Amino acid sequence: MKYTKEHEWLRLEGDLVVVGITEHAASSLGDVVFVDLPQVGTDVKLGQEVAVIESVKAASDILAPLDGQIVEVNADLADNPGLINEDPDGRAWFFKMKIKDLSALDSFMTSADYEAFLS
Amino acid sequence: MSETALSLASLVLEDLHAEIGAKFAPFAGHNMPVQYGMGVMAEHLHCRAKAGLFDVSHMGQVLLYPKTTMADLALALERLMPVDVLGLGLGRQRYGFLTRANGGILDDVMFANRGDHFFIVVNAGRKTEDLAHFAAELSAQAFITPVTERALLALQGPLAAKSMARIVPDIQSLYFMDCGVFNSDFGEIWVSRSGYTGEDGFEISVPNAGAAALAYALFAMPEVAPIGLGARDSLRLEAALCLYGHEIDTSISPIEAGLTWAISKQRRPNGARAGGYLGADAIEAQMRSGPTRKRVGLYPEGRAPMRDGTVLFSTSGVEVGRVTSGGFGPSLSAPIAMGLVDAAHSALGLDLLGEVRGKKLPVKICALPFFPNHFRKRSTT
Repeated sequence: MKYTKEHEWLRLEGDLVVVGITEHAASSLGDVVFVDLPQVGTDVKLGQEVAVIESVKAASDILAPLDGQIVEVNADLADNPGLINEDPDGRAWFFKMKIKDLSALDSFMTSADYEAFLS
Repeated sequence: MSETALSLASLVLEDLHAEIGAKFAPFAGHNMPVQYGMGVMAEHLHCRAKAGLFDVSHMGQVLLYPKTTMADLALALERLMPVDVLGLGLGRQRYGFLTRANGGILDDVMFANRGDHFFIVVNAGRKTEDLAHFAAELSAQAFITPVTERALLALQGPLAAKSMARIVPDIQSLYFMDCGVFNSDFGEIWVSRSGYTGEDGFEISVPNAGAAALAYALFAMPEVAPIGLGARDSLRLEAALCLYGHEIDTSISPIEAGLTWAISKQRRPNGARAGGYLGADAIEAQMRSGPTRKRVGLYPEGRAPMRDGTVLFSTSGVEVGRVTSGGFGPSLSAPIAMGLVDAAHSALGLDLLGEVRGKKLPVKICALPFFPNHFRKRSTT
């Protein structure tokens, strides 16, 4: 698993990158009540807003961690946004991306780097 | 008034909040506990089911002592608010609002008749303006004393009375909007049976020196949990209570804000002491011919919350208003909102559209409150 400074995690699954938010992010957001997910097939650019999470408190944007195309979204989140608080690293993945060059993942933080970043 | 992080005021109980796991955020110039370990949703539901303790010490507490008589002071206060102050009984509290000459609202307040003086609680973000207004308008009739050495706690929920009775057994003598002064292990406490959640409960002014011990005594009771500002907002939204800066401000009249009920009959046209308050002309004109815009309840039809500022359109695409407070109602498990809309588009059941992130989503005008009140009212039979 790799991590971004925006508190997203990236996991390689075959040749796709699965994206979610970290437990730290989920816990800072508080109870999530709504998720707006991107359309499958959307081409996205690094830093572009691709999804929105609404907690009881406020709305937050999820930014594309890389250039690429959205190839799958997690429909379970629309029905059960609370999954993001229950299982942020697992069942509450947001979307899967196809990217040009998987070596781009190397530039992100490792788990140990992210721990250090948080503290 | 701009506040920087450097000038954020600390609550007297800030260390206690930190110790019990609060997350803090700035609000109205104060570093406020927004939520605790349970999270906003669970805190909200806990308060509806049992009892929740809120630290609302950021609010302003003010004592007004008469320079001549209480009646003179009451009549002077009636120049500032379209409510019956003169007829407020001893040990009774009333909701009111300070009006401006244009009919807008300077602040909404709770005021209580405590025999030889009035006790007023004002919004945190409006303390400066309110005190300046009192100084300008009441100095011939009142000695104005801001209370600085007391915390203000709110204990709210269906079990609040049971919990509070362990602190002060006499508390059972209070009904909704009664207030009293009680001796306790934590010093002299000033208690009113009221709140900002729609639940039964109390607001408790306690000397700073006794505040932490009182809070810990309440937290030691199994039914009492700490509730932060986040759930305070969702609770008051479900109860359809106005928040200054949202449903009311200096440009919104009490008629537009749906607060006509709070204008006492004695102060209405043909009442015993009709008019004679700031903005009476503008407000009476709206009472006669109806306001051009109204506060309404709103149910977004999808799951996306419509936050404060969301622009509202008619189904034919004409802009008709905006959301003033919006979020998620944990007791309803659905997004809810209040808004100000053109009177022509304010009918119950009317379908509107709210623009969220560029998309116009369906929303329906609904009755308020979203969640029924559970006050302990004195039986009227």
